[in-house]
Order: sequence, then C-alpha cells, then structure tokens
Amino acid sequence: MSERDILSVEGLSMRFGGIVAVNDLSFTAQRRKITALIGPNGAGKTTVFNCITGFYKPTGGSMRLTHENGQAIQLERLNDFRISKLAKVARTFQNIRLFPGMTALENLMVAQHNALMRASGFTFLGLIGAPGYRAAEKHAIDLARLWLDRIGLLERADDAAGNLPYGDQRRLEIARAMCTEPALLCLDEPAAGLNARESAALSELLLSIRDDHGTSILLIEHDMSVVMEISDHVVVLDYGVKIADGSPQAIRDNPKVIAAYLGADEEEAIAVMESGS
Amino acid sequence: MAALAPEQASRAPGIAFILKKALISALVALVLFSLMIGIRTEAGPTGQLIWWTRLGDLAAMVAAVFGGSIVVELLRQWWGPVGTVRIVPPKVQSGLAVARKLIAPVLLIFTFLVPVIFYEQRYILDLGILVLTYVMLGWGLNVVVGLAGLLDLGYVAFYAVGAYSYALLATNFGLSFWVCLPLAGILAAFWGVLLGFPVLRLRGDYLAIVTLAFGEIIRLVIINWQSLTGGPNGVTGIPRPTLFGIPLSPGDDGLAAKLGIEFSPTHRIVFLFYLILALALLTNWVTIRLRRLPIGRAWEALREDEVACRALGINTTTTKLTAFATGAMFGGFAGAFFATRQGFISPESFTFQESALVLAIVVLGGMGSQLGVALAALAMIGGFELFRGLDQYRMLVFGMAMVLLMIWRPRGLIGHRAPTVFLRHAQAISSDLVKEGHG
Repeated sequence: MSERDILSVEGLSMRFGGIVAVNDLSFTAQRRKITALIGPNGAGKTTVFNCITGFYKPTGGSMRLTHENGQAIQLERLNDFRISKLAKVARTFQNIRLFPGMTALENLMVAQHNALMRASGFTFLGLIGAPGYRAAEKHAIDLARLWLDRIGLLERADDAAGNLPYGDQRRLEIARAMCTEPALLCLDEPAAGLNARESAALSELLLSIRDDHGTSILLIEHDMSVVMEISDHVVVLDYGVKIADGSPQAIRDNPKVIAAYLGADEEEAIAVMESGS
Repeated sequence: MAALAPEQASRAPGIAFILKKALISALVALVLFSLMIGIRTEAGPTGQLIWWTRLGDLAAMVAAVFGGSIVVELLRQWWGPVGTVRIVPPKVQSGLAVARKLIAPVLLIFTFLVPVIFYEQRYILDLGILVLTYVMLGWGLNVVVGLAGLLDLGYVAFYAVGAYSYALLATNFGLSFWVCLPLAGILAAFWGVLLGFPVLRLRGDYLAIVTLAFGEIIRLVIINWQSLTGGPNGVTGIPRPTLFGIPLSPGDDGLAAKLGIEFSPTHRIVFLFYLILALALLTNWVTIRLRRLPIGRAWEALREDEVACRALGINTTTTKLTAFATGAMFGGFAGAFFATRQGFISPESFTFQESALVLAIVVLGGMGSQLGVALAALAMIGGFELFRGLDQYRMLVFGMAMVLLMIWRPRGLIGHRAPTVFLRHAQAISSDLVKEGHG
C-alpha cells in the first residue's frame, strides 16, 4: 500500500444471515482525491459505507485508514462514535439526518462536540465560565460561521434546520460533517433530490472541499453528471462484488459496467449514459 | 330572503351532522352509564345484595351528553377551524410579547416575597414549600426527559435515595444537613449511573418499563431492608436543618435568642422556604448553563437523532449516563430537603404516584422549558389545592382541566424551544420541529 492512499479496503465481506451484501471487496481511496462508489440499487454501496463508518461490524476483511503523519488505523477494530472521533472519518446519510429542532448553527456546534468537550474541561470548567472555554466556543462559532458562509446559509444560521429547504439541508449536513474536521468525508448520495442548479453548486462545493481543505472524499452517487464531473476515481459495485475500478472515462467506456449498471441491453445503456452525462 | 337561501342550504347538512354526532355521543353515554348510574347496588343489612334502578338519573345524564355535544359542536363552528390564526391587533400582540417576557422575573420576585406577604398564613407557606419542591423535581427530571429525551418513569427512586441518604447519615452518624446535602446528591447520581448502564440499549417503551421497575425496586428494598431503613416504619427523628450550625430552636443557642428576637415556629418554615427556593434556583441555573455547554447540546442532539450523534463522534453512552446522573443528583438534593422538612420519612412517600406526578409536570410544562415546568408545578400542586372546596369532585375537575390543556396545547404550556447559541438573533423554534426523543 502506498502512502498516497488514505483508505485501503481489503477483502471486505458483510453477510446478513444468508444474504451476502458485500463479498470480498477490495479498493483504495487516494488522499486528497474524490473516489466515487457507484452501482445499481441494492449493489451494497451503503453497506460498504456503514462498514467503513462503523455502523456495521464487517463479517470479514480489513479497512485501513492512513493519516498524513503515517499513523494507520484499522477501522474494523473501532466501533460507532470512535471512528469519527479517533479515525476522523465523517459521514452524511442517504436520508438526511440533521437535528431538525436545532438551528443550523447549533447543528454545526454539535459537530464540534469532542473539541468543545475537551475545552470545557468535561463540563466542569465550562460550568464556571472559564476563559479558556469561552475562547474555544468563540473559535467553534467562527468555524461554524465559515462553513455556513461556504454553503450560503449564513443568513439562515438562526433558523431551525428542519425549516430549511431540502437542498439547503443536504448542504448543511455536509457542512456539519466538515465541522468535525475529518480526514475522510463519506457522502451517501449527496445529490439525491437536488435540481440541476443545486447539483452544480454541490459539485463545486465538493471540489473546493478537496482542493482547499485537503479532505479526501468517498462518494456514493446515482447522479452520473456529478460522478463523472468531479470524481478522480470510480469503483463500480454490483451484487456486492467489484466489477470495475478506474478513471471516470475508463468506467464510462467499460461495457461490463454499462451492462450491469443500466440493464442488459448495452446499446440502449450507452445511449442513456451519454445523454446523462 | 334570496340572500339567506344559500346560507341555509349550506347549514342544512351541518344540522344533520350535529344531530348525528350528538346521537352517537348519547348512545355511548347510555351504554357507559347504564351500569354505572342506571343500577345502584348495595350490601343489605344481612349481607345480601340489594339493587334498584335509577332511570331518572340515567336519562338526565344521557340528555346532558346529548345537549353538551350539540353545544360543543356549535361552539366549534362558531370558533372556526382549528389552527386558523385569529387576527389579533398588533397592540395586543406586542402587549402579550411584553407579558411573556415579564412573566419569569415577576414570578421570581413574587416567590421571594411570599414569606413576607403570607408570614401569618402557615398554610400558604407550607403549600409554597411543596410547590417549590415539585418545581425542583420537575427541573431535575426535565434534564432527563426534556433535554435528553429519555423517558424515565422511576424518578422517585432518586428522590428516595436522597431522602434516605440524609436520614440515615444524620441519624446514624450525626452528620449535619450541609454535609449530607452534597453526599445525598452524589449518592443519587451514583444510583442514576447504575440505572443508566442496563438501560442504555433500550428505547421508548422498553426504557420506560425498566425505569418504572427500578423505582419499584428501590421502594421494595427500602421496605424490606428493615435493619437499615426501618422498613415500613420509616426513619424518625431526622434532624432539622441549621443555619450554618445555628439551630432554629427556642433554646438559648437558637437563632432567635442570638438575634435577640422572640422565637416563633414560623422562622423555621420561612427558612425552609428560602432553602428550597435556593436549591430550586441552583437546579435552574445549572440546567440553563449546561444547555449552553457541549454536553447540553449533545443531550438535545441525542433527543433529536441518536444515529447522527454517533456519526459525529459523540459518545452516546456517556452522554446518556451524564443525563441520568445529573437528573438524579437534583432528585437527591430534593430528597434530602424533603427528609429534613418532614423530620420523618417512610417508603409510602416514594410511590409510583410521585414519579407520575413529576413526569406530568414536565410534560404539561412543555418538555425542555424551564419556565413551563415551573408554571406546570404551580398549576398541578397549587391548582390541586385550589379545588379543595370541591370535595369529591376535585379529581374530576382536575382531570378535566388537564385534558382541556392537552387539547389546547398538546406540546405543553411552553412548547417552543429557545436556541442555545445564535449569530444574529435568537428566535424560538416551533414545537412541531422539536423531537420528543425515542428513549
């Protein structure tokens, strides 16, 4: 494994009873690159995400996350909140999971929980209003303000997250994940339900996260225009097995992918694919 | 006349609908009351059953339901559809906004002045102490139920732990109230964590059942561990609180003698009043501060979405445990106060009834709202006393008031949520968006 890989998945398997959702999957995600995970519905993409982010314990295989300083973490050995806290892997959800009764700003503050917890001396220093905590809180608000500005929601910072339009909620969820200051950002269908203009804005946001923040992105997406435009590398899954792996251009021209992804009729598939991109 | 015709036409189905609804209500009433009111049974002088019918009463009841249903339906039509915003003049609106802002400080000042105004009326002072005890319990439970969204039906267990901690430490080791108060809080918090561990994986109904059982376990242990707790006889002779070592007694070393004023038993009541007020305000202050700290935000986030919390690296286990421990600690403080006020405690004071009452206060007040909980405690405890003149109908009137309140305000007196941090201006979040938590 080379140093430029942030995530290397080897032989990952996940079974639910007799159903094999993911079977012996191996792929790598490069640092400061956008890796897309695509495949038809039910191909096991979200299962892979849930394994990487610790929501499922994989039946077999290993997932190694390497930080820039060379520190390597075996993700399958950590569970739920520790993956975000220690391995710095953040995620969003296919069906948006914001805290709807809290404001947009509060959502971003909750994301900075661990840093603020340390600053507040595990609540005791914060309770007596120690200056160190106040400075940390101000810093946290500044970071939240920066991200609200980046996603164009600064004006609505004090609105309840549940009151925001759908597209804004999607972007807020990405901003919330970024507020945990992750090394690897896992996005589960971020463009689902967005219109063309919003999709374009999303692509721009994801590219800037990659370029300006140096955060690596792992992406599940059905919107091929987004995938083809921003991905550096594409992994294709079908029935829990990797069927192709390569640059967007190579994937686009791979008949095996087209056949699996868009049905048996290859010629029709190619036509749809081209019109989609 | 021509102008009236369409109006009448639109009303015609309304009348049929009203009559049909009233008829159905009357029928239900007939079935329900035929045995409850229609037939009266009694044990005769030799133990045999004698019964007679009261058809007149039954007919009156059914007629009342029939008439009542028509009146309610007419009122509803007159009032218009539910949820429509009635046009309120802006002046009245701004007046209401000012009143809303003033209610908390006015209530606080009034509470401070209660012992001065009602110095001669011991009954009101005692009632005030009772209300403040429930305000404090409500604020304590609010951390668990209102903020963290964990439904706890066994809150009285921590109240009992606090009360017995103080009672046993004071009677066995002679420790003073001020030493025992923090100990009672710590012990109750410890039991809160103990309860927290097994229920961490449970949600909703399951969590409620286990906490209910926990409350009963504590009570049954207290009843049966006779050698330690005195069992059903309780603990007697619990020392009264002192003002930093100076007892409030008629003797030469009492507070009255030291100040050179005449002794009066009311001094102690006033002292107890300010003591529970201080404890309740401490609870309130700590809760308000905690809400603005990361732990408080994590509690509320947990109530909103637990899975998202885990994805953000929040340790949900410790977050839940701290909620349980914090709530339990305040319950323990209140329990220690209860023991020193009563001078005698027994397991009878810590039944499920108390847990239900405190939970009702939190739900009625609006989960998570400090002011709402205080108002609800005042209404529940004070209101209950207010209806004392109604004798046997007290429960009926009280129950009806609660049902009406829940129809009028399903999310409690103060249902909206105030944000903990803001950039420009804090605006209340509608209760429709705020989740109740799922356990």
